[in-house]
Amino acid sequence: MQQIIQGALALGLLWSIMTIGVYCTYRILNIADLTAEGSITLGAATAAAAIVAGTNPFAASALAFCAGALAGLSTALLHTKLRIPPLLAGILTMIALYSVNLRVMGKANLPLLRVQSVYSGLENMGLTKNMATIVFGGGAALLVIVILYWFFGTEIGCAIRATGINARMSRAQGINTDAMKTIGLMLGNALIALSGALIAQYQSFADIQMGTGSIVIGLASVIIGEVLFGKKGFFSRFVSLVFGAVTYRLIIAGVLKMGMNANDLKLFTAITVAIALSLPVFSEYISTFKKSLRTEELPCSKS
Amino acid sequence: MLEIVNLTKVFNPSTVNEMVALAGVSLSLNEGDYVAVIGGNGAGKSTLLNAIAGVYPPDGGRIEIDGKDVKSLPEHKRAAFLGRVFQDPMMGTAGDMLIEENLALARRRGKFRTLSWSISTAERNEYRELLSGLGLGLEDRLKTKAKLLSGGQRQALTLVMATLRNPKVLLLDEHAAALDPKTAATVMEITDRIVGSHNLTTLMITHNMHDAIKHGNRLIMMHKGTVVVDIRGKEKESLTVPDLLAQFQIASGDSFTDDRALLG
Repeated sequence: MQQIIQGALALGLLWSIMTIGVYCTYRILNIADLTAEGSITLGAATAAAAIVAGTNPFAASALAFCAGALAGLSTALLHTKLRIPPLLAGILTMIALYSVNLRVMGKANLPLLRVQSVYSGLENMGLTKNMATIVFGGGAALLVIVILYWFFGTEIGCAIRATGINARMSRAQGINTDAMKTIGLMLGNALIALSGALIAQYQSFADIQMGTGSIVIGLASVIIGEVLFGKKGFFSRFVSLVFGAVTYRLIIAGVLKMGMNANDLKLFTAITVAIALSLPVFSEYISTFKKSLRTEELPCSKS
Repeated sequence: MLEIVNLTKVFNPSTVNEMVALAGVSLSLNEGDYVAVIGGNGAGKSTLLNAIAGVYPPDGGRIEIDGKDVKSLPEHKRAAFLGRVFQDPMMGTAGDMLIEENLALARRRGKFRTLSWSISTAERNEYRELLSGLGLGLEDRLKTKAKLLSGGQRQALTLVMATLRNPKVLLLDEHAAALDPKTAATVMEITDRIVGSHNLTTLMITHNMHDAIKHGNRLIMMHKGTVVVDIRGKEKESLTVPDLLAQFQIASGDSFTDDRALLG
């Protein structure tokens, strides 16, 4: 049991970086960017191929980060220069990345056995793989949050946020909205690829299929985080994303433990996200229902 | 300050939906001119403003701001010379950002944005002073999200943002039209004050003939994509609504048909 919880925690922390990347595009830029599905695999593939070729695992992870930024750049150029709608631009990059990822790995599955990973140092200090991943993943997530908190408070960061909220007003205030979208998409996908690199090193392989459904998992984590842990300040918002990603993993571990068929997981995730996304509609129904009750009471109270 | 020569714009050219929005508009604004623009639906008022702002490229003609041809500049670069307020109060601010963040965005209009912190303490004091001039109590709400303000407060905030960097030309697109009459009057009064104190060159669209007569030192009326009436100075001061309607009829050979403008 402890093993399962530790595993869920470790995986959750690594996926939290992916969740933060999804948040950058989905919530801050207000773009549902499907590039994520390809860029998480791209990160895993790049890091795995580089490590197998003898690169230092930290350098390999940094390389994955840059590869993800390039994937985001591709989507951004398709959208801003060629005026392809962002959803479609993301899908195009995602599909293209499938071939790119196969090229990078050379085959559909690249095992990482008996090689150094970013967790090796902590494991050598006597930690189990799960514990090493929890420590490293937690530290990495915290570092990402601190950097992003600073970044979105700068002039450029504020301009990116404004672009996502109100592009027309942003242009009227002299903001180059195309450039801001490009930076945001590059940043988001770079984080998603970094997450993929860390996940591949944790599970000791990179697989061409590992990105499938990842955008939904990312969205699920964003929404779980917002619903359960609120969205007050900017910093606590980022922290809630980490909690959301970990909670999602714990839920998944729980339902698997209770005997759910692993093949049904994606269906389960999709239904969870659909329910979570429709929560605002439900709360609206409930409040109008309550209001209608109140107005019915009014005549009585007068008499 | 603003020189527009023979500006043309046709939407959906050579289709059944072809619409000539600007049919060769020429207009010259001197520094400090405060011009009310009036005209019926489809007269080309908003198209003119959007063409100046660079929302879409005109088909022909010239736009010069302070002697500089801006026709080839994209919208966000032209923003360096312009201040804009829209009809929709939601449109002028980033609702999910704080009042002070919105002001900080406006303060960096036309500047290169860097990785330095977006707001300084000195700036905050400056914003507090600017907002207290509005008399709406916004100076104590710098940390409030813009979306929590009322429509009138948002328009007032947008006005402050639009004029924070002393634009060469201020473009107001029916900025009081979506407000209730009392709030609209307040926003118009604030507009007069800000335009007057900075001597801003202003182009203000309004659907309200009384407002057009009352505010500004010059009035133009547009019809079918051209300027048909241009009244200024002494002549404008003594203008009445019937005068204006008569002038319009003579100039366009058409009667003015916009209930909103007559009733407003």
